[in-house]
Amino acid sequence: MIQRRVFLLAAMATAAGTVRLVQAGTNEVRISAKKFEFNPAEVRLKVGQPVVLVLTSEDRIHGFKVPDLGLRAEIVPGQETRVALTPDKTGQIVFFCDVFCGDGHEEMGGTLIVEA
Amino acid sequence: MLPQDRRAFLKLSGLAGVAFASALFPGHPASAQAADFHFIQFSDTHWGYRGPANPDAEHTLEKAVATVNVLPNQPDFIVFTGDLTHTTDDPVERRARMKRFREIVSALRVKDVRFMPGEHDASLDKGEAYKEFFGAPYYTFDHKGVHFIALDNVSDPAAKLGDEQLAWLAADLKQRHADDRIVVLTHRPLFDLMPSWDWTTADGAKAIELLMPYKNVVVFYGHIHQEHHQNTGHIAHHAAKSLIFALPVPGSQPRRAPLPYDAASPGKGLGVRDVAMAQTAKLTEVGISGA
Repeated sequence: MIQRRVFLLAAMATAAGTVRLVQAGTNEVRISAKKFEFNPAEVRLKVGQPVVLVLTSEDRIHGFKVPDLGLRAEIVPGQETRVALTPDKTGQIVFFCDVFCGDGHEEMGGTLIVEA
Repeated sequence: MLPQDRRAFLKLSGLAGVAFASALFPGHPASAQAADFHFIQFSDTHWGYRGPANPDAEHTLEKAVATVNVLPNQPDFIVFTGDLTHTTDDPVERRARMKRFREIVSALRVKDVRFMPGEHDASLDKGEAYKEFFGAPYYTFDHKGVHFIALDNVSDPAAKLGDEQLAWLAADLKQRHADDRIVVLTHRPLFDLMPSWDWTTADGAKAIELLMPYKNVVVFYGHIHQEHHQNTGHIAHHAAKSLIFALPVPGSQPRRAPLPYDAASPGKGLGVRDVAMAQTAKLTEVGISGA
């Protein structure tokens, strides 16, 4: 059995909703969705470090689309949607909900900040 | 009135914007030439919106109707390319907005009016309320030798046409000749205009692939609240302005937030489009009187 090292993100959340990953080997990040926001809306990742985004919804079906990485998933309440990725360069990568969810849907997005 | 004469009138009356200079149909001359006619495109009226991006939202649609009603050469028909109403979670309020929208546009002098949904109309209930008020969300019609195809890329909340509609489109196109004039009407861009702003259709590339064998295809759409012109191969895609608020040029700012309302120029960025269909057909952007 592969032992998965999970970093306790809740303790790292800032008032601005930013999560900073500082430990090498951290490989899961939880992102919660609800109308009309992701929490956290900013996620800091390390270049070259594999990560699994664990997506959950608090209210209804939302989408999770990352065009720059060719990723797309649906987030269904009561389920965990797991998206694996390995950032290969530094920079900011936009993600957003692509399942129309109401008046405010257009503002429902966030950023993956990939650091060296 | 010939298209050139109509544009001259519009410019003299101060209603016209810049005419788009390219001919609509880039392919070889069609075997059966279309007769001269024109239609008006309304888009993204968002009836029911209340917010700082348009403090005059309760009146903009009525002003647009009045503007079109005084055009001396009335169009053969009018199309609304989606987001007729602004979204609401309340199904009762959604129907109330559609009812009021329909009442307002019933004042148009031209009675041949075609509708199609936007995500604000149809995505929360998969088009249920929309169909009650406006009928089928995708359909075809023919007018003076031109084949019009209205596509629905919003009733699926994930912005897909879906396999069933794509099969329907393929079956319709099989009945067309390669040089037929075809106009596609839809809400969202069929191509990847700005994927990071979700300005695309998830399976729009499949529709474009089906359309590619036809030499004379043009697409009119809305959704992005601004005039925009782009080709995919020989197929021209023309986005129309909104009648509620303007959105930024693709990629010009981090987020697709509405442009701020300008009290000194309240109708800035809003308008409808006149599409003159003939061998020298052109698009003319028409500002809204009093907006």
